[in-house]
Amino acid sequence: MADVLIMNETEATAARLGIDLSEVDYDSIRLPPGEDFGIISDDEEVYQDEQLELDSSFGNIVIVDNIPVVPREKFEKLEVVIRKIFCQVGVIKEDGIVMPVDPETQKTVGYCFIEYSTPQEAEVAAEKTNGYKLDKAHVFVVNLFTEFEKFMRVPNEWAPPENKPYTPGENLQKWLTDEKARDQFVIRAGTDTEVLWNDARQAKTELVFKHTYWTESFVQWSPLGTYLATVHRQGAVVWGGAATFNRLMRYAHPQVKLIDFSPGEKYLVTYSSHEPSNPRDAYMVVINIFDVRTGKVRRDFKGSADEFAIGGTGGVAGVSWPVFRWGGGNEDKYFAKLGKNMISVYETETFSLIDKKSLKVENVVDFCWSPTDPIIALFVPELGGGNQPARVSLVQIPNKEELRQKNLFSVSDCKMYWQSNGEYLAVKVDRYTKTKKSTYTGFELFRIKERDIPIEVLELDNKNDKIIAFAWEPKGHRFAVIHGDNPRPDVSFYSMRTANNTGRVSKLTTVKGKQANALFWSPAGRFIVLAGLKGFNGQLEFYNVDELESMATAEHFMATDVEWDPTGRYVATSVTSVHEMENGFNIWSFNGKLLYRILKDHFFQFLWRPRPPSFLTPEKEEEISKNLKKYSKKYELEDQDVSMLLSEQEREKRRMLKEEWDKWISDWKRSHEEEKLERQKLRDGEASDEEEEYQAREIEVEELLDVSEEVLSEF
Amino acid sequence: MRPILMKGHERPLTFLKYNRDGDLLFSCAKDHTPTVWFADNGERLGTYRGHNGAVWSCDVSRDSTMLITGSADQTAKLWNVQTGTQLYTFNFDSPARSVDLAVGDKLVVITSDPFMDVTSAIHVKRIASDPSNQTGESVLILKGPQGRINRAVWGPLNRTIVSAGEDAVVRIWDSETGKLLKESDKETGHKKTITSLAKAADGSHFLTGSLDKSAKLWDTRTLTLIKTYVTERPVNAVAMSPLLDHVVLGGGQDASAVTTTDHRAGKFEAKFYDKTLTEEIGGVKGHFGPINALAFNPDGKSFSSGGEDGYVRLHHFDPDYFNIKI
Repeated sequence: MADVLIMNETEATAARLGIDLSEVDYDSIRLPPGEDFGIISDDEEVYQDEQLELDSSFGNIVIVDNIPVVPREKFEKLEVVIRKIFCQVGVIKEDGIVMPVDPETQKTVGYCFIEYSTPQEAEVAAEKTNGYKLDKAHVFVVNLFTEFEKFMRVPNEWAPPENKPYTPGENLQKWLTDEKARDQFVIRAGTDTEVLWNDARQAKTELVFKHTYWTESFVQWSPLGTYLATVHRQGAVVWGGAATFNRLMRYAHPQVKLIDFSPGEKYLVTYSSHEPSNPRDAYMVVINIFDVRTGKVRRDFKGSADEFAIGGTGGVAGVSWPVFRWGGGNEDKYFAKLGKNMISVYETETFSLIDKKSLKVENVVDFCWSPTDPIIALFVPELGGGNQPARVSLVQIPNKEELRQKNLFSVSDCKMYWQSNGEYLAVKVDRYTKTKKSTYTGFELFRIKERDIPIEVLELDNKNDKIIAFAWEPKGHRFAVIHGDNPRPDVSFYSMRTANNTGRVSKLTTVKGKQANALFWSPAGRFIVLAGLKGFNGQLEFYNVDELESMATAEHFMATDVEWDPTGRYVATSVTSVHEMENGFNIWSFNGKLLYRILKDHFFQFLWRPRPPSFLTPEKEEEISKNLKKYSKKYELEDQDVSMLLSEQEREKRRMLKEEWDKWISDWKRSHEEEKLERQKLRDGEASDEEEEYQAREIEVEELLDVSEEVLSEF
Repeated sequence: MRPILMKGHERPLTFLKYNRDGDLLFSCAKDHTPTVWFADNGERLGTYRGHNGAVWSCDVSRDSTMLITGSADQTAKLWNVQTGTQLYTFNFDSPARSVDLAVGDKLVVITSDPFMDVTSAIHVKRIASDPSNQTGESVLILKGPQGRINRAVWGPLNRTIVSAGEDAVVRIWDSETGKLLKESDKETGHKKTITSLAKAADGSHFLTGSLDKSAKLWDTRTLTLIKTYVTERPVNAVAMSPLLDHVVLGGGQDASAVTTTDHRAGKFEAKFYDKTLTEEIGGVKGHFGPINALAFNPDGKSFSSGGEDGYVRLHHFDPDYFNIKI
């Protein structure tokens, strides 16, 4: 109604002024900005909509530079080519490609605008197509239109960049400089996560940091001990700092289940698997590789669980973790993944496959990296019913050259164990006996650092023995094997050297009948803990391999985990919440003396904080070990002081407790005395206090039973 | 120290009590017959027949003539110690859990369990000097704490009643007015059900044992927490030596969660602690099941323990025990 009224009014006015309304171009009428003369625009809404679209419309435009300069005839062809390239990354709007033309030459000017339907697509396009090579002369330079202004503002004259004064960050390795040279560990019990010092001298722990609900699933140290990673529903977080633990970086990865650091702790791999909507489909797997320091995703992998679950078994939801295994020592140069008939080796410079292709190995089922060198050891099982032998080979990365290969016959299974310095590789081979009914085990020992990598075959004295555990001495030349079928197996020690020939393996000794099923070498070598976990209820034997003698036997009842501290001075054994009772941990000295014991309900994790490799030069280390006496003197004195102080403190504490207790006693005696009369009254006047009337009295009672007189006859 | 094994009960033990002279030991069990033993050699003297349910606790008068027992058959009974005849039966609407005679043996405090829609309560009854005049009337009924009240005992001069139970709080009540005088602090107090409570010989302090794997020593007059003894197992029973500064804690894994692998896993030991230093001195093993009851002979030279396994073990200390130095 109102509209009609206004129109009528307008028409009337027009008629009065003699204007033909049908000839008026309404759109050409422009009102001064900010003034509407009281006229409410009827296309206000439309106008606003347009405004909104305009606002966002710059975000979705990219500018492509360096496109060929072509004459008018070839416009269409060029547009088709460009559309083909740029529609791969997103939907280009209708008439979204605008190519300005030089009015003089009637040729294109070498750039164009492309409008995508969303700003996100434009961003992706700018990222992906930047640097696209159309041909040699034309490499696209793609920028977002919104960034255009930024480029316009570049000053014409170059000014030297301002030098920001260097502000040192926190020393993340401060814990290594502890005056008492103690080690740290993290424990998780109940809802609390605590980082503690192991103060073995005082036989107690000292709290460094405590946080309730610090993680939603578990915590993990980085391999060099710089960071502590906590895992949450939204992703992983790393913590570190000089004195306390501050949040250093967050890595978003929803539903993250597992994490893994690269050995040099430059990268963090996170893993999650997602249940498919259709139960018949495989689980979806997402793996991100983050740069630990910047927190940026360097590469992500997505796919079904099947793609990542080749070969190994176990892990979570069928994937053997870690999916990506890091190689090449602490430099974090390469990582590899087992695939079907191939091993995909990536390098971290570009996060792409080496030579853009995977290493093809028919039927490969397992591989592992040398801990120090870029060498992969891989295992291929027997094929074609034994026509094609099983094979273990060593492949060098990045040139993918096979260094050594060994064919093996009638193999049922194979396991590879690297020595921590990458000097030796032991391959445990389970072979079928002639009847194929049972298997027996032998070892193939590779000497990596020697010329041509000689291989030696080792069989146990009784080759039918089942192998229960195998472990290399860290940085050493010895290894230990638990073998045997009876409930008390034997433990044998071997050396890769013999007295007069360094190139032959020899047996050092066999200790018989041990209640052990796991081996834990000290990180410094020489000492080993033979542990009987699970079925053996936590038997521990501390063994000196240099002297070949047992130092101590002990028991941590129901122990589930054993871990040496990174220096090899202490051993922690713990009972985690797999058992309901006994939860907690024990700290032992290297020679099997129980130092202290802490009980915690719902105990989940005990992890020593790893130490980076020593910063000392080999010469310096040698000098120290040569003059050990001189250096140890200082510490021995300190030890003495501490023990003096401790006993002094203990005495003092006891004295205090005694005094306090005596005060209570005297208080009680006094009140007891005060209440004495009343108590007597309550007892009807009976003398009440024990001391007075409670006496053992011996009462002799003589009873005369009978008297009889007898006259004896006289002689 | 060779224990005397006393086999007389067919079900788990629930309570042990020496008489004042220390020559008799009364035991209660989930079978229905409290038993009296010679405290010296463990010979069985006799039984008290008449209850129709598990017997949870007992107390004996100062002159060792009268015994009172509380039972799950919703009664507490008075007995003639010597003849074993029933003198009187107090009836309740729910199982009677704990009984304790006052100084002078003229009053008794009995707790009753929550049952169906009956809440738990503490009843104070008068004991007539002549059993024929005995009535079941309550002098006082206290209500309030949630859940079972596992133990209620008299404070000094019968002026207060100390109670403890499933709600993990120790309470002191005025025995005249029934007013709640004091409550243990939630922060420093027990975190789980208090299973047992033992008074010192002079009543000046008492010890509570709890499923939170600790025992605590309190001042009876002020309810000040004096000591805490930490152990590895839920504590079912506590006792204090009247002679030395020792406390004994008994317990073990919950009967329903008892391990099937190794008897050591249960830790069915009676643990001795130094009272002032709260440090463990030693342990007495032997029971094949959690320890439910502990009692010290008033002379402090022997103690007995009763277990889920149905045995009472009577221990006379070796001479070495009296010279322990830590």
